[in-house]
Amino acid sequence: MFDGLSSKLQGIVSKMRGKARVTEQDIQDMMKEIRMALLEADVNYSVVKSFVADMTEKCKGQEIFSSLTPGQQIVKIVHDSLVELLGSKQNKIAVSPSGFTVIILYGLQGAGKTTSAAKLARVLKSGGKKPLLASVDVHRPAAALQLEVLAAKVGVPSYIRPDEKSAVKIASEAAARAKYLLCDTLIIDTAGRTTIDADMMDELKAIEKTVKPTEKLLVVDAMIGQESVAVAQAFEEAIGLDGFIMTKLDGDARGGAALSIRQVTGKPIKMICVGEKIEDIEDYHPDRMANRILGMGDVLSLIEKAQTQFDEDQAKKTMDRLLKNTFNLEDMLSQFEQIKKMGSIKDVIGMIPGAAGKVKDADVNEGIIDVNMAIIRSMTLKERRFPNILNGMRRKRIAQGSGTTVQQVNQLIKQYEQSAQMMKQFSKMSKGKKRGGFPMGGFPF
Amino acid sequence: MGIFDIFKNGLKKTRGFVTEGLTRISAGLGKFDDDKLDELEALLVQADVGVGATLTIMDSVRQSIRATGDDGTEAVTFEVKKQMLEILGEKKQLHIEDNSLNILLLVGVNGTGKTTTAGKLCLRYKEEGKRVMLAAADTFRAAAIEQLQIWGERTQTPVITQTTGSDPAAVCYDAVHAAIARRTDVLIIDTAGRLHNKQNLMDELSKISKVIAREAPSANISALLVIDATTGQNAVIQAEVFGSTVDLHGIVITKLDGSAKGGVAIAVAHKAKAPILFAGLGESAEDLVDFDPELFVNSLLPNS
Repeated sequence: MFDGLSSKLQGIVSKMRGKARVTEQDIQDMMKEIRMALLEADVNYSVVKSFVADMTEKCKGQEIFSSLTPGQQIVKIVHDSLVELLGSKQNKIAVSPSGFTVIILYGLQGAGKTTSAAKLARVLKSGGKKPLLASVDVHRPAAALQLEVLAAKVGVPSYIRPDEKSAVKIASEAAARAKYLLCDTLIIDTAGRTTIDADMMDELKAIEKTVKPTEKLLVVDAMIGQESVAVAQAFEEAIGLDGFIMTKLDGDARGGAALSIRQVTGKPIKMICVGEKIEDIEDYHPDRMANRILGMGDVLSLIEKAQTQFDEDQAKKTMDRLLKNTFNLEDMLSQFEQIKKMGSIKDVIGMIPGAAGKVKDADVNEGIIDVNMAIIRSMTLKERRFPNILNGMRRKRIAQGSGTTVQQVNQLIKQYEQSAQMMKQFSKMSKGKKRGGFPMGGFPF
Repeated sequence: MGIFDIFKNGLKKTRGFVTEGLTRISAGLGKFDDDKLDELEALLVQADVGVGATLTIMDSVRQSIRATGDDGTEAVTFEVKKQMLEILGEKKQLHIEDNSLNILLLVGVNGTGKTTTAGKLCLRYKEEGKRVMLAAADTFRAAAIEQLQIWGERTQTPVITQTTGSDPAAVCYDAVHAAIARRTDVLIIDTAGRLHNKQNLMDELSKISKVIAREAPSANISALLVIDATTGQNAVIQAEVFGSTVDLHGIVITKLDGSAKGGVAIAVAHKAKAPILFAGLGESAEDLVDFDPELFVNSLLPNS
């Protein structure tokens, strides 16, 4: 969807190959592209302006490292400066020295406060804390109920008062309840607001006075546009913030707001939310955010994703069977499942630098894995374990059961046989301690 | 309060931002030279009009200055308005057929205000004397069903639900049949928020829309995309991707009052095929109004 900034810059520099120094005009041209990229990533205009001016100064008169092309080098300078601006170190959620930490979440309507509150509770709980979730959202219908359901899912206590209209009262009661239950952390979910709403801001100030929060976090939607600065400033001025949580980063918004709010408030981003599931919350990495804003792909995240999603036990089991030369269709099914877990193939490819713009919809057949999985799942256990018994009748039945054709079933079996063949060779090789390449077959795309 | 006042009031922040900017830029000179034009361009980008739409507008402004030689504030403002109106297109309204089942399917990314919009639309058609029904096809988010049920109680409207975690297409199936059986005029279906880059969720949506079309072949079905006005350039992509998954009839832009950057309406209209039908200009139900490009532009820019 986005042409990577790096590929655009490569276009500019391809004209000036062989030069030892980047001219001023080259820098001007490249800065124009960078400016565009940042604006399209929703970085605030004034932030872009001052950033680009700084970059132009920095890039002037730079010698070109022999290992990099001028384009790469400028991207590197921009990237490094972005990382610096985005916060060079990670910031953890603070813990109150008193032993009772109060975290309040603020944000615009629909930013994802309630969901983030529950995700945060889960993280703290698995870190050994005892959090209590409380909702003081007295405005949105069923907001408190939503928090209660999520709290139960996470397995932490919650405090809600759907009939009480005073948010301040609920907040102070929640603090008392948390102490009574011997919880060490209170997470308060507030009502969403638009910044103009002076009444609601007053309500927030009153709550703040009552519970004396350790951490005042603003929840920001990664998709937010130029308004991000005004929003962050309004909250910072009215209440004062300790940091941010950025949500919906699993979308394809570039999240330029991260840069804007960092620049304007100087406060750190503490956590990021990357999915709908309760465990989809991560530590914030400035370098990855810089890559994302510049549209450069995200190799580190990809590697981590592959690591966490790829079940090591499962992989080991398959490997063992493979070595014993008993690779069957059940193993193949579990391989498919592992691949599926890593997300859509397009997403995964999108994280590879340089590949982002080059993958067209037609190139990736997402459905083929599903089809193959359906075929295997339409087999009996015996057929999966002993594929040799798959005769014509059985294949016809499987095709009908999985809504495919006999040709597709045949194709899958052929693919299985090829993989099995390759694995056989591999297992012979490893038994014979011979050197050889790792078999790279069996990927269905 | 007249409809123009609702627009003016709701767009107060954006208007303040744009008008103030224009005055600041043209102050002193009273006309636009190249530097001033660059500043104007920046102003539009800052109002979330988007890089693409801004370039289109500015190209015409520059052209018209070259053609007429008039670079006065009034002429430039006039040209900007003209271009914005061209991008926004003519005023279109959602067509509700009498004596037939009308189905409104609300779709969009997370947190844009689909459930609230469902509630507000429900109230609107109820007040017009229509028989309305709500369907809670957001079976994913905790308490989404209850949130819609509260709207149902407020407006005394039946709400078709299943439990959280059930198949949303099945809820739609039930809802369509219930609506046909009870001779409902308007069935409003609230769906779960989904990010448009999640293929499985988009597939679920196309299944939902297929089921509705199959079960209610004679109904007047309109899919509406709900977009949050505070969203930046991603709104444009949302409109494109949702448009390629379901047959979008229109766009609802919510929370326009909360943002000083209402220009996103223009960014979306510049790329989207479906027209903007509704604008959310405030918290109360009557603040969800029919979108009127002319009123919108006139509320945004000073009168010329």
